[in-house]
Amino acid sequence: MKEVPLLQVVNISKQFGGVRAVDGVSFELCQGEILGIVGPNGSGKTTLVNLLTGFIKPASGKVFYKGRDITALAAHEIAGLGIARTFQMVRPFYHLPAFKNLIVPLYSPRVKRLSGGKFGDRDAVAIDLLEEVGFERDSFVPYKPASALPHGYLKRLELARCLALRPALLILDELFSGLSMAEVASTLPVLEKLQIEGITLIMVEHRLRELFRLANRVIVLNFGAKLAEGTPQEIINNEEVKEAYLGSEAV
Amino acid sequence: MVSRRRERLERGIKVRTDDVYALCSTKEMLYLVAPRLIPILVLLLLPLILPTYWQKVVIFTGVFALLSISWDFLYSFTGLVSLGQALFFGVGAYLAGSLNHYFDISPGLTIPISTIAGATLCTLFLLPALRLRGIYFAMITLVLPLIFLRIIEATAILGGTDGLTALAPLPGIWIELYLILGIMLVALFALRRLVNSDFGLVLRGIHDNDQAVKGAGINIYWYKAQALFIAALLGSFAGAYLTHVYMFVGLSAFALDFTVVPIAATVVGGMGTLGGSVLGAFILVPLSEVLRAFGPLRIVFYALLIVVFIILKPEGLFNYLQRKYREFERWVEV
Repeated sequence: MKEVPLLQVVNISKQFGGVRAVDGVSFELCQGEILGIVGPNGSGKTTLVNLLTGFIKPASGKVFYKGRDITALAAHEIAGLGIARTFQMVRPFYHLPAFKNLIVPLYSPRVKRLSGGKFGDRDAVAIDLLEEVGFERDSFVPYKPASALPHGYLKRLELARCLALRPALLILDELFSGLSMAEVASTLPVLEKLQIEGITLIMVEHRLRELFRLANRVIVLNFGAKLAEGTPQEIINNEEVKEAYLGSEAV
Repeated sequence: MVSRRRERLERGIKVRTDDVYALCSTKEMLYLVAPRLIPILVLLLLPLILPTYWQKVVIFTGVFALLSISWDFLYSFTGLVSLGQALFFGVGAYLAGSLNHYFDISPGLTIPISTIAGATLCTLFLLPALRLRGIYFAMITLVLPLIFLRIIEATAILGGTDGLTALAPLPGIWIELYLILGIMLVALFALRRLVNSDFGLVLRGIHDNDQAVKGAGINIYWYKAQALFIAALLGSFAGAYLTHVYMFVGLSAFALDFTVVPIAATVVGGMGTLGGSVLGAFILVPLSEVLRAFGPLRIVFYALLIVVFIILKPEGLFNYLQRKYREFERWVEV
């Protein structure tokens, strides 16, 4: 796996006041990989996602996507390149029906370009996508306003909104948090299917069991810095990680 | 003791989809068409029976209705809190006035030119403020007209405090009346259609959650600028139009009334419907004329009535009527 990396993060840092939220993190990501990012609360995982997707600009360091420097690009431009993200705190369009939530990414310049200018029926594509992430097609659920949906559906709506963008790299910020076991179980095959389609995934996750099942490689953050990197098995056996992440309970 | 409660039922979904199903019976077609057609007919026929004074009131109402639609479009559908309807209005008014006064261009041209040029200018003025949200954006829109007002006053350009007088009138009261009513109706129905198009969905997405729209690969500033341009079109047209009706443009074109009354009209009429803005304007502006009999106490009664409206029907009149129209009510035993 040593071709040109899909994503290359070089020594990226960001401070909030005196807090070093992300402190000199570097890593590489290859096409088709699933990279897990874990770490205790406040270790800078979401900030790292925000830095990669242009929602926050780094104080120093660079991000390269397919060899191109994207550090200075705006968030919508980065999304336009095919780096889609979900939000840990769900951000649906509450006033719109669930399926209309997907019209927004389907209307984006990226999707217009990929579909060759003519699109056809956006509503039908939206309903298909919702079915893919587990919305019941023949029920009222896809037509309900997002404000009336339970949290589990909103989380999967986040995922669907990213899929609508036809991403090459999908960054999932704690997709599984707040989902029931059944919902997680039904979402896992969606992610496995994405991997088969060759979509690269970065998963920020607290649900380690599900993550370790999917991920090829895991990065552990602690106090904004990279503590460890390796296969799930290496991470599980790493003493430093146990101490930082799992605390004394696991010892 | 049998207690009873009122049960509310929504009408069947087929009737409300505005879809091809509606064509299956005359009754359902009427159900959809009547609430649109009747107000239009009333609006178009009303000027024919009104005395001249009230015809002028209708003109003034139409101007405020346009500004109200413009405000509601920006606030309810794009999430831009604008206190700058006076900016749109004033820029359009002064452009039309100057074009007519200095270059002797006829109203038939000054109005369309000022509408488009005014909207472009307003959009450019507010471009740096587009990154701001909520009250911060509102502050900028509020301050700009005040700045222009003082600049004109201090430098005595564009007629200074006297304004530009003896401008060309529009040809006749009927043209005046039906021009504003026509444009108002076209703006209303065009915007109602626009906000339900895919373009409009993006705007509503920005209102709900601009970060998520960014994440969907869409440049929100480009969309906000377009929304601003559309809203400014309506405001600038209203300004240019009223300049030629009054044959005068002065500092009053930047008056706070043009900002405040549209907001009050939209709140009374019902936010997020566009139709509510028109309804609100057609209640508040004539009401203000009726209350002239009270002399100095006029504003007191006016303000009290607005407060009563807001307390009794906070959802707005249009939303209330729409809900009643779509619901059945019946008493059921519990």
